[in-house]
Amino acid sequence: MELSVFGIQSTTLMVVALLTGIGLVAAALIIARLISPRSFSLQKGEPYECGVETRGESMVQFKVGYYLFAILFLMFDVETVFLFPWAAVCRSLGPNGLLSVLVFLVVLILGLAYAWRKGALQWK
Amino acid sequence: MFDFGSITTWFDNLLESVMPAWAATVIECVIIGVVLLLVYALLAIFYIFYERKLCAWFQCRLGPMRVGPWGILQVFADMFKILIKELIRLENIDRFLFALAPYLVIIASVVSFAVLPWGNGLQVIDFNIGVFFMIAASSLGVLGILLAGWSSNNKYTLIGAMRSGAQMISYELSVGLSIMTIVVLAGTMSVSELVAAQADGWFLFKGHISAVIAFIIYLIAATGETNRGPFDLPEAEHELTAGYHTEYSGIHFGFFYLAEYLNLFIVSGIASLMFLGGWMPLHVPGWDGFNMIMDYIPSVVWFLGKAFFISFIIIWFKWSFPRVRIDQLLALEWKYLMPIGLFNLVLMTLLVVYGLHF
Repeated sequence: MELSVFGIQSTTLMVVALLTGIGLVAAALIIARLISPRSFSLQKGEPYECGVETRGESMVQFKVGYYLFAILFLMFDVETVFLFPWAAVCRSLGPNGLLSVLVFLVVLILGLAYAWRKGALQWK
Repeated sequence: MFDFGSITTWFDNLLESVMPAWAATVIECVIIGVVLLLVYALLAIFYIFYERKLCAWFQCRLGPMRVGPWGILQVFADMFKILIKELIRLENIDRFLFALAPYLVIIASVVSFAVLPWGNGLQVIDFNIGVFFMIAASSLGVLGILLAGWSSNNKYTLIGAMRSGAQMISYELSVGLSIMTIVVLAGTMSVSELVAAQADGWFLFKGHISAVIAFIIYLIAATGETNRGPFDLPEAEHELTAGYHTEYSGIHFGFFYLAEYLNLFIVSGIASLMFLGGWMPLHVPGWDGFNMIMDYIPSVVWFLGKAFFISFIIIWFKWSFPRVRIDQLLALEWKYLMPIGLFNLVLMTLLVVYGLHF
């Protein structure tokens, strides 16, 4: 366990930071609810689309282009997770470690090249 | 250099001498939480002022001048104003997700904020996978933005959130890759060890051309990840009113605003940690007198100075380049930064494995 300020475990401090974030939002909201004015008007509740009335549903199925990039991101993000432990020890692994990771990287770069060739990186 | 660890150890011993260990820990945790909150809020206020003044100077204006000397109190006034604004109840929104979104955004920035090394012995969270944890925590923010856009039941917010999501996840990859390049050079992911490894020279100077490339990629990608100009598509004002936070009012909007400025500080802090030595003073080998003088500047000043400098560059970007289109934005990331980052990683590994770095 890694100790940090005051000799407290870092995991505990992570929870403290988490609670601080929640506390900040909750406290500010409570203060704002106490001191902010309240008034009622039917039109206030409408979505703000520059004065034009909303047509149809807003929570709709959306452009597939974003989805493609999300899939690509997933691929490379998982790669990042795999590569980070290697990056931390690559100095002691030496040339062998480099070679084996190069195989992994080449497969990934081929994947990116395939996506590129297929036009997945083209915004349409 | 002055070690802040001596103060905290002294305080810890003092508390433990008058009360049981668990009570001391609870009190210390509360103190840490309060200090985090204060520093967070004060930095946000400072950053808003910093950006407004810099923007003004880049455009040959004066910026806020009326409230207080040089307009210092303007931001406090704005913060108070935002607190007393009405929180409008909207109809047809997904209330739970709408309320949850600011929490996620703020939590992501507070937790990654706590990992930064503030000075010698001043670091809240010190995992041995610190940098990795920081990336993981800061990527929570994109969930908050997506939820905010989706739950608002507004087409503008939906488009803004989708753009923001695509942009943030894309640029996160390049941020991760350039940080990984430095992790290869340092051989550790712990924040305190990363700083200690830069005592005899910052990684920007130690890592040959590869570290410089990583630094440039990091700067571009960090600008993209924080949704700042020229990559501020999610809130392109003239197209989408305000992007994903259009429907948020009062302090609810304030949270997104706060997190945006703190994220600017956090990416600058990471840049100063990974490339510019964290709180380590500038040392030139051989110049002993110069190094001694540099050691007299407190470590907190060093860290903040570097972070503010990087932020200055990022704000400078905003006023120097026109906003890009979404296809240009994604092409820049996937067709340029990403492949360059991958090859740069291999290059850095070659340098490290064959001992060619300084």
